[in-house]
Amino acid sequence: MTDSAQTFEQPESFAFSSENVARVEAIISKYPDGWHASAVMPLLDLAQRQHDGWLPRAAMDHVADILAMPPIRVYEVATFYTMYNLNLIGQHHVQVCTNLPCWLNGSDGVVGACKKSLGINFGATTEDRMFTLSEVECLGACVNAPMMQINDDTYEDLDSVTTETILEDIKAGRRPKPGSQTGRHSCEPVGGLTSLAHQANLKAQIEGTS
Amino acid sequence: MLEDKDRIFTNIYGLEDPGLAGAKNRGDWDTTKKILKLGREEIITQIKASGLRGRGGAGFSTGMKWSFMPKEVGVRPHYLVINGDEGEPGTCKDREIFRGDPHKLIEGALIASFAIGANTAYCYIRGEFYREAEVLQRAVDEAYEAGLIGPDACGSGYSFDFFVHLGAGAYICGEESALIESLEGKKGQPRLKPPFPANVGLYGCPTTVNNVESLAVVPEILRRGSQWFADLGKPHSTGTKLFSISGHVNQPCTVEEELGIPLKELIATHAGGVRGGWDNLQAVIPGGASVPLLTKSICDTIHMDFDSLKEVQSGLGTAAVMVMDTTTDVIRAITRLSAFYKHESCGQCTPCREGTGWMWRMMERMVSGEADVEQIDLLEEVSRQVEGHTICALGDAAAWPIQGLIRHFRPEIEQRIADRKARDTKAA
Amino acid sequence: MVTLTINDNEIEVPHGRSVLQACEQVGIEIPRFCYHERLSIAGNCRMCLVEMERSPKPVASCAMPVADGMVIHTNTPAVQKMRKGVMEFLLINHPLDCPICDQGGECDLQDQAMGYGFDRSRYEGNKRAVEDKYMGPLIKTMMTRCIHCTRCIRFATEVAGVPELGATGRGEEMEVGTYVGKALSSELSGNMIDLCPVGALTSGPYAFTARSWELKNVESIDILDAVGSNIRVDYRGPEVMRVLPRLNEEVNEEWISDKSRFAYDGLKRQRLDQPYVRHEGKLQPASWPEAFEAVAAALKGADTDAVAAIAGDLADCEAMTALKDLMTAIGSPHLDCRQDGAQLDPSVRAGYIFNTTIAKIEQANACLLIGTNPRREAAVLNARLRKRSVMGEFPVGLIGPRADLTYDYEYLGDNVSGLAKIAAGRHGFSKVLKNVERSMLIVGQGALARDDGAAILAFVRRVAESRGMINKSQGWNGFNVLHTAAARVGGLDLQFVPGKGGLDTNGILDGASSGRIKVVYLLGADEINTERLGDAFVIYQGHHGDAGAHRADVILPGAAYTEKNATYVNTEGRVQLARLAVFPPGKARADWTILRALSDVLGKTLPYDNLRQVRARMVEINANFMNVDEAMAAPWGEFGEAGEVSNQAFTSPVENFYMTDPISRASATMAKCKDIFVNGSEKTGTDG
Repeated sequence: MTDSAQTFEQPESFAFSSENVARVEAIISKYPDGWHASAVMPLLDLAQRQHDGWLPRAAMDHVADILAMPPIRVYEVATFYTMYNLNLIGQHHVQVCTNLPCWLNGSDGVVGACKKSLGINFGATTEDRMFTLSEVECLGACVNAPMMQINDDTYEDLDSVTTETILEDIKAGRRPKPGSQTGRHSCEPVGGLTSLAHQANLKAQIEGTS
Repeated sequence: MLEDKDRIFTNIYGLEDPGLAGAKNRGDWDTTKKILKLGREEIITQIKASGLRGRGGAGFSTGMKWSFMPKEVGVRPHYLVINGDEGEPGTCKDREIFRGDPHKLIEGALIASFAIGANTAYCYIRGEFYREAEVLQRAVDEAYEAGLIGPDACGSGYSFDFFVHLGAGAYICGEESALIESLEGKKGQPRLKPPFPANVGLYGCPTTVNNVESLAVVPEILRRGSQWFADLGKPHSTGTKLFSISGHVNQPCTVEEELGIPLKELIATHAGGVRGGWDNLQAVIPGGASVPLLTKSICDTIHMDFDSLKEVQSGLGTAAVMVMDTTTDVIRAITRLSAFYKHESCGQCTPCREGTGWMWRMMERMVSGEADVEQIDLLEEVSRQVEGHTICALGDAAAWPIQGLIRHFRPEIEQRIADRKARDTKAA
Repeated sequence: MVTLTINDNEIEVPHGRSVLQACEQVGIEIPRFCYHERLSIAGNCRMCLVEMERSPKPVASCAMPVADGMVIHTNTPAVQKMRKGVMEFLLINHPLDCPICDQGGECDLQDQAMGYGFDRSRYEGNKRAVEDKYMGPLIKTMMTRCIHCTRCIRFATEVAGVPELGATGRGEEMEVGTYVGKALSSELSGNMIDLCPVGALTSGPYAFTARSWELKNVESIDILDAVGSNIRVDYRGPEVMRVLPRLNEEVNEEWISDKSRFAYDGLKRQRLDQPYVRHEGKLQPASWPEAFEAVAAALKGADTDAVAAIAGDLADCEAMTALKDLMTAIGSPHLDCRQDGAQLDPSVRAGYIFNTTIAKIEQANACLLIGTNPRREAAVLNARLRKRSVMGEFPVGLIGPRADLTYDYEYLGDNVSGLAKIAAGRHGFSKVLKNVERSMLIVGQGALARDDGAAILAFVRRVAESRGMINKSQGWNGFNVLHTAAARVGGLDLQFVPGKGGLDTNGILDGASSGRIKVVYLLGADEINTERLGDAFVIYQGHHGDAGAHRADVILPGAAYTEKNATYVNTEGRVQLARLAVFPPGKARADWTILRALSDVLGKTLPYDNLRQVRARMVEINANFMNVDEAMAAPWGEFGEAGEVSNQAFTSPVENFYMTDPISRASATMAKCKDIFVNGSEKTGTDG
């Protein structure tokens, strides 16, 4: 919970944009008749994306209405999953993993760099509402630890310097390249390939171009 | 060591095209129709014979699981649910399948669905894997377009739909019944069992839940024959497995290896060895956050398979190997996992809701040494009060790492307490 | 049957039972918090864990179905240890504020902690504090005490049919509430207080007024609607402290409505605690003899044909018997127990009771509602309809005002034309009724308390007959009248209706307006239009200073239902006894004794001196009064009158569930509920 828990106004109403209305229909059609509640999570996500990255109560009520669910069942879902932001959130949601593999490989330095660069603590949002900083649990990129996720993209193989660079780039309006910050393509060992030997030249090529 | 010719995941590093063309080049979608022609029974028999055990952590026989589904499809449709909610700390293998080899998963899902009589598969991907889901969705679209899936999948006459469903941040949804609840639009709270999903699963219908990796290896097993797979690895731990090696190694990576490979060899060959050399090793968590850690002396000789790791009171889990060298505060390391389980407890049942928090708070005291030696016993006892008493396995998963720590590092914990006491006395 | 072994004893239990139920069958008590036999199984508290051979882990006995060959142990040291472990977990974050907790003394957690708790805490952290949730004026919350058993959530969702409660957040931070801080919109919400195994949900009005061990109680029945819910009245000294439900599977199971539970503060307000006589336009306190003399004087001055009596909604059978006998002795045929003017036919009992019975709603396969809103008129009975609906395959049709009944129905219009279509077989729902075995209809007072009520009653009877609802061979009678007044069926059973040439309620009121009726005896009749009493001399006997008393020339203070031993007949025709918990206030007396004393003064002494004798007289009038607690089947017959029916819309007689009678109208608690639920003036927030 951020400090700003109750210091902002909830909007009175929410409606999906016309292009999202079509998406809503497409999402619902994935699930059998009578089980449209299955669409609640994708719809909440869609609503959140439409609404500056956070989920107002009105949006939950709207989703409940669309799916003919009792609103409390939607509130339960929205409060259960960590990716729904029930408070105002910065334009860039910086989520730093501090779980074991990341911690072993220096997430403390990443956290420090984030706090220093953004000037805020975990759970807080910068005054210009550009950044919100969160501590998160394992994001499943453990062999590329330490890592952080900013909105939908992950930044991996970080250290305090690269972390700061990424944040400064974003502040400057640039879009830093997601993925490994040490030039790895994905999860291969950083030296030579130890398997799939036939792809060694591919690796060299890719590394050469990046 | 596994030879490249026996590797299934030939694009695990995403160096090649993950799309359909690349996949076909790598042999995916080859003779799929012929495989389906084998018929439900034969496919299940072959998968059983291959010895394939679930790759999601529990290690239950995949073929056996399929065989629990009703033989005939009644009024209730059957479902395949794919567990892509990869969230076990240390584990990052399914992510690479989504990114590099999505077609293996889709093909495997088709075959598995056919084998269990399902015409629909839902792939539940953790919400944070947004980009990964995009890759998978592209692959799904390609497969539909090419007629590999859809109303007449691979020209087999079998109708098969594959839907991608994103989660939204809850480790517990990796538990199969919680995943089903979540997929139904509810909180991810595990269900009571019985009934089991094969009887009452998604939408109250017979359902099989399989891990991404388990399904992705299925086409290759059927193409090459179950014997090929069974000959790899060890008895009861056949075949290959994706290992994610993280932590204090020189070259962290994900790699496909034979089950039963010695841990030391695995780390040396693929991960560039332990940082500072093997002798700098303190402990390894061999199978994701839920399994107890191993001390160096065990690591010296241990083989990475289900039975060997069980024998040393740990487990293969997801084969996520987390390496900790001698600089590691191993008490703090386990405490971080305790914090994780507290954070991820769904809150439904008493021992887990209350116990995970209690254990974490005690662990924090062990880290700082602000505890009494007797409290180590209390911690152990509380972990036993959680273990086995919860609705799902998260309680066990929270208890085991702590039990492992006490088992192997009790002297260190006691020393921490003694040091603290000494410091406090001096300060006073 | 399934054979299993529990603690070395082999037992047989029916298929489908749980291990916990099997244990109970052989007298082994399994501790539990979340399990409740009327709610779905949650299995979350883990208190009921037992050992099962060949299972690597202990099993939750509430959720484990029995199977052949199962071997269960409930008395091993391991089981004992597990229970202690779960108990310890429940207590680490429980405030242990029993001394200031209203649940203290009747708390499951407290009780079981006696058996499984440690004598001290091993938990050294700070206990979790949870913000209290606003759930309306009836339920006081102390959510720090909550053990997350989810009984309240399941009750609201499953039984009450108002899915407004949930558990938000997760893990340690999971909290039970509405999330939006509003009162639960259920007429049954108070039952959650009983279901809560700890002191998280306690009664708001009862808060800090008594400790459970200070209370004495009597088993009684509720009379604030016609369901006849079985209740326990808890009292301390001269005061009713609270009302709780009492188990009766046939009637209310273990639920009562919020009115039944919370209107008791109305028993202490606006009471008539002494006789009054009007002098020079003003009611003046009087002695009993003075009041009786005033009555005698009024009667002396009037023709016997100018005397009339109306019994109200809360009148007990003993009092109605005495008043009826007194009217007979006086020689007046003008009496009626149908103060709402309902055109019920007293000649055929099956024509005015709920023949199906409440319990057998569960066996019905379709239901037609006519001119009724059972949720407002009989909330507990409505819960039974919902229960049947939840079982599935229970089409319900509604002819009457649209309302949220907590279950789905097909809307068939709001007037008699919908009924005509059903009768003529011209509507799909007509086939539904005809094609299922055991269908039923419920006709409410909204369809009968109108000028064409008798014709509608006959019409509805024919619908029941033609749609196959009356099946004598199977013992099924699907014709049901839903009453709203606890006194009504008893009054009809006692033939408290116009005698030969007598006037009914409308006739009496018209007579009073026109001056033909000179003296009207109101036995707790407050829901009539008192302006129509004209210049008549009005005697009001009752317990509250409500409409009737305001208009009265003489007030005879009677006893409320908690202050007398009295008989009531519920809508099913079930004879039940209310029992005295506390004495009537001041000079007020049990009602039949007032009439007995008055009869003496009038020189028309009634022939009974004690309750036994009055009840013998009741049996003499109607043998049905012998069958206490039973709902006796009534023979079918012809009732109602052929006649024109109008297309006027049906309405429900109960617009405001919370205030239907002198007691609930005097209740401050009910007034608060009315503000929130009827007027919709809810304040959001966390007060409460």
